[in-house]
Parts: sequence; C-alpha cells; structure tokens
Amino acid sequence: MSRLKSIDEASVVMIEPNPDVPEIHPGDTVKVHAKVIEGTRERIQVFQGTVIRIRSGGSDANFTVRRISHGVGVERTFLFYSPRLQKVELMRLGRVRRARLYYLRGRSGKAARIREKGFS
Amino acid sequence: MLKGILGKKLGMTQRFSEDGTLHAITVIQAGPCTVTQVKTLEKDGYQAVQIGYGDVKRISKPMKGHFGSMGPFRHLREFRVDDLEGVERGARVEVTIFEPGDKVDVTGVSKGKGFAGVVKRHHFSGGPKTHGQSDRHRAPGSVGAGTTPGRVTKGFRMAGHMGNRRVTARKLTVLAADQERGLLLIKGAVPGALNGLVVVRKSEG
Repeated sequence: MSRLKSIDEASVVMIEPNPDVPEIHPGDTVKVHAKVIEGTRERIQVFQGTVIRIRSGGSDANFTVRRISHGVGVERTFLFYSPRLQKVELMRLGRVRRARLYYLRGRSGKAARIREKGFS
Repeated sequence: MLKGILGKKLGMTQRFSEDGTLHAITVIQAGPCTVTQVKTLEKDGYQAVQIGYGDVKRISKPMKGHFGSMGPFRHLREFRVDDLEGVERGARVEVTIFEPGDKVDVTGVSKGKGFAGVVKRHHFSGGPKTHGQSDRHRAPGSVGAGTTPGRVTKGFRMAGHMGNRRVTARKLTVLAADQERGLLLIKGAVPGALNGLVVVRKSEG
C-alpha cells in the first residue's frame, strides 16, 4: 500500500525481492528458513507448514504459515522483504478455492487435508 | 555553519534496517533553500541566517525587494549561528548538510483537533462505563474542593483547544539523505499534517 503520493515510494523504501523466495499461493506447503536472533547469537530456524494467508502491500507484504506442532496449531507470519527471511522452499502445490484458509483452524487430521494441484 | 533546513512533510512509510527490524520513517522534502539574508552582530545585533523555501505566486512589493533576483519564497525562517564563515546571500542550502546517523530536531505545526475534551486532550480516564452511569463517560470529574478555597486552581487541566500549535520532536535519527531529490528520511514521526512546513535542525549537544 502506498502511503506516499507525491514520490515513488519504492525508491525510498528500497525493497528488493528476495531471489530465494519463489511465488507462493495459499494452500501451498512451504519450508521457511528464517534467521532467529537469540541474544547475541543468530541461527536459521526452519518452519514447515501450509500457507494460509498472503497479504500484499509494499514493505508490509507478508504470508502466514500454519502447522501442527506436538498436537498444537502454530501459525507464524513472515515478511516477504525482511532480511531475516533467508529462503522459502516450495514443497507442494495445494488446490484451494479461497484466498484465506482460516477454515483450517477449526479442523484437524484428515479434515485439514488440502488436495494437491494437478498439472494440466 | 548553518545547521538547519526547511522542508515539507511528504508522508510516512516503513523501511527495513540491516538487522531486519522494520522502522517507521517520515519522508521530508528538505529544501533546496536559499540564503536570503545574513544577519550580523554589527548590523542587526545578533548573528543569524535567513533562508527561504517554497514557491509562491504573489508576493508584496516589499518582499519582492527583499528577495531581489532570487525567486520569491513562501516561507522564511531564521537560524541563529555562531559562525558566519562561508555563508552568503544567495547560497543554496541542501539536504547534504545532514548525514545518516545525525540527530535532528523537527519543528512543525501539529494537526488541529478543535475543542477537545479532557480524555483526548489530557489523557484523563473518564468515568465508569457501567454501574448506572449516565453522561459521565468522558467527564473530567471534580475540579477542586468546596468553599475552601472556593476557586479552581490555576492551570487546572480542562477541555479546550488542542493541536494547531508549534511542536518540536527532538533527537530524531536521520536514516538517509537523498541528495538527488532532496529527500530526508527520518526515523519516527514528526509533527504536522502532510505537505506542512517543517524546520529540521541539528540537535544541540
């Protein structure tokens, strides 16, 4: 979303698409490598799950990944242009019929499956 | 040296820093300004540099005379300086006087809020929302004691006009100074509405 009307916002914000982030869609299964800073140390944390939401909008653009960890649903949101986002691996393309998969929150196990996208 | 510039608040956005934190930034169109007058101790009793900024269509004849061959300017402001070395009438003042990491004070006229109640104006908490309250939700409460002293303390915080006054945000960090377009990126918010005049000067001490 552009908040600056009189000048080119992108030239001020200097966001560059991360070459290691492919095009992803809701329903896809992805493996996200994100930098985590713990005190002075930093390491790469991997988070694998289903993309349930993609929000566009300049430097704000983000996506939310949902997974079930030890029986508990966990959702993490990553900013597309964050330098802390190292890499996104596309594991599986999902076929879904809506843009926001919030309905997955109420489901578990078999009911929370997503069909794989067929290649035509 | 001159340590200030005039500009226009263009708006706010966000930007990632190198360590990955996202900062709110304000973009200011800073300058270019022109030195319109140099005030000296001998002539004016104090040392200052007057600079002009912004286009204007109509100006009065006295102002026309003051500007001479330099374009008319919408805004004129003075900066007190200790050292007049290298400053002369007609010199341009650009955003390059600032560097990333500099601390600056930004002065502007805050957005007018009109006649505002105490909750908005002084952050009073208002009255209870429930338990049979009527018309007390945003009321100021008691403003003083009874017969003694029989008056309200001077300076007691009450409802009144809010905003539309000169406000200075101090010690803000400059993130970048774009020389080509004369843009100044400042971390955090600055006073005033979009397209409002702001005075940016280096922080003291």
